[in-house]
Amino acid sequence: MDDAPILKVAGLRAKVADEDLEILKGVDLAIKPGEIHAIMGPNGSGKSTLAKVIAGHPAYEPTGGSVYFRGEDLLDMEPDERARAGVFMAFQYPVEIPGVSIANFLRTALQTRLEDGEELDLFDFQELLMERMEQLEMDPSFAQRPVNDGFSGGEKKRNEILQMAVLKPALAVMDETDSGLDIDALKIVANGVNTLRRESPDKSVLLITHYQRILNHIIPDVVHVIVNGRIVESGGPEVALELEARGYEEYRKAHAA
Amino acid sequence: MPGNEVIQGLGLDDYKYGFVTDSEPVFRTRPGLDAEIVEQISARKDEPEWMLKRRLKALRIYESKPMPKWGGDLSELEDTLRQTYFYVKPQEQMERSWDDVPENIKETFERLGIPEAERKILAGVGAQYDSEMVYHSLKEEWEAKGVIFDSIEDGLKNHPELFRKHFGTVIPAADNKFAALNSAVWSGGSFVYIPPGVELETPLQAYFRVNQERLGQFERTLIIAGEGSRAHYIEGCTAPVYSTDSFHSGVIEIIVNRDAYFRYTTIQNWSNNMYNLVTQRALVHQGAHMEWLDGNLGSKLTMKYPSCYLMGEGAHGEILSIAYAGDGQHQDTGGKVIHVAPHTSSSIVSKSISKGTGRSSYRGLCKVYDGATNARSNVECDALLINETSRTDTFPYIEIDEKSATVGHEATVSKIGAEQLFYLMSRGMDEAEAMALIVRGFIEPIAKELPLEYAVELNRLIEMEMEGSVG
Repeated sequence: MDDAPILKVAGLRAKVADEDLEILKGVDLAIKPGEIHAIMGPNGSGKSTLAKVIAGHPAYEPTGGSVYFRGEDLLDMEPDERARAGVFMAFQYPVEIPGVSIANFLRTALQTRLEDGEELDLFDFQELLMERMEQLEMDPSFAQRPVNDGFSGGEKKRNEILQMAVLKPALAVMDETDSGLDIDALKIVANGVNTLRRESPDKSVLLITHYQRILNHIIPDVVHVIVNGRIVESGGPEVALELEARGYEEYRKAHAA
Repeated sequence: MPGNEVIQGLGLDDYKYGFVTDSEPVFRTRPGLDAEIVEQISARKDEPEWMLKRRLKALRIYESKPMPKWGGDLSELEDTLRQTYFYVKPQEQMERSWDDVPENIKETFERLGIPEAERKILAGVGAQYDSEMVYHSLKEEWEAKGVIFDSIEDGLKNHPELFRKHFGTVIPAADNKFAALNSAVWSGGSFVYIPPGVELETPLQAYFRVNQERLGQFERTLIIAGEGSRAHYIEGCTAPVYSTDSFHSGVIEIIVNRDAYFRYTTIQNWSNNMYNLVTQRALVHQGAHMEWLDGNLGSKLTMKYPSCYLMGEGAHGEILSIAYAGDGQHQDTGGKVIHVAPHTSSSIVSKSISKGTGRSSYRGLCKVYDGATNARSNVECDALLINETSRTDTFPYIEIDEKSATVGHEATVSKIGAEQLFYLMSRGMDEAEAMALIVRGFIEPIAKELPLEYAVELNRLIEMEMEGSVG
């Protein structure tokens, strides 16, 4: 396996776009192809901000450091360019797109990944979509519903996982996808991630979470703890278990601003 | 097909149909309007005396009515009208077959995809070139059923009694200034008669364009749907770009007899210097069902409020409309439902999109007369604003004289949000594609009612419009 990291974050600093509030204060992170990294942290630690800066959310502004994805300067790219390059973010709060079916939405998204003049084969697409929905235990009628319109919290998260499964990104960033899910929904989310990895072992995952429990279903290679905008500890899955037992309080005291 | 290459060659930033075909009119009146010009038009059409009298009377009504002060800005219209050619006749004969159509006119049709459309299941294309029908085909099946689908001129010539009995009964010349103008100078349009009990599976389609600078187009359409009949009429039109203001003022009259079903679909995409002031109205009799499906794109100013007069018990009227106001454009559109009889029901669904400095106004009237017991009406209007400079207004007029009536009105305004755009972009769509998808989703409830090829065309137009909206 190639040892060069697929994602390399170095000294990354970022603030809220219209304010002086700095949230990331120098984050370093390197994910190799095929690795699953979990980032855990208390509320307000910057873990969701890290996900959004990687995806290019306009509400955040990088103020220092760098993010390289497969050797390309990610911070220099528009959000759609990042997506086409192979970065996917599963949203914590997915947005409603009334009148646009999931099938139409995904077809449009896949079409953007083709060369100019190339047309998506609709039969292949339909086959892929149906196969993915079956894997995720979704009713085929789900694909005809307008994107996130009137969805329950669990349905929204499952829709994110379906999109990930269809788009097959090289790097999936899961922004607290597990929050607010019951155990059945959690298993479906985990199943989606594990299926992607089983099919393509070189796919990488960055899992942002507050809770340890999802890590019982998706086994991480590396666990990082982020507090006050910096990664303060990195290690194996045992770090998550310790954190679960001891809580964030200790870290918070040690790394107070 | 060469026509498609030509369209692609135009480039997506251009107004798609903004080309001019070099065609010499056979005859046209001098600019401006007076009784002499009306007489010339009538003589050219070889009309009976009664029609000439009607035209002259309508001209007097037109001259006596002031310019409307409501709706859009009509202050420059007087100047435009002084320079307008009120009648242009492109060629002498009605063409019977495609082979007889002159090459340059064919070229225009080919660019618009007419022959292609015809090769599909869209048989029965009646295409209007300037003020006359030059090419008009009607399926044999329909002829066998007794359906009349003619140019308005042939309707008058070939079916004088039927024509005279209904012409001007739905929209009299005195109805409004522009109805009067149309009644004085009308030229071109369709005459449709569906005999009682006849059901048409395939829509009747008329496709026309204005192709003469400063030509005012005053098409007049009269449709009579016989008792218990079912039919769908589709009109789509598009005009080339010219530097001076153009003017279009049509009148569409429809009579939907007892228990009949009729749908009238229009997609209008005018160039952005066009005044588009249209009166369209249906009389809906007992148990009958009328639907207006109205799409308005382009033009400088459109004022258009399709109406249903629900005259008989149990009559139902529906108005679905989409308006798109781009930079500098004003779409003042909506609908009118007039409940005259008991147990009548109606629904208006209006969706508007404003981009740049575009402005869309919903203007609607729901009137329930005393005695229209248990009448029900529901109005829903949704506006989508693309930019900070875009504008929308709602002017719903509701007049209820009947206690047992139920009337609902709901209006929403939404903006394309940064969060929505980011969500779509994070899936790979660029900003213009993301906007186009949001807009398509917004109009989907109406677009899905359109025949497929029109829905595709509408989506393509919106994609092109969104390309310039970013940044």
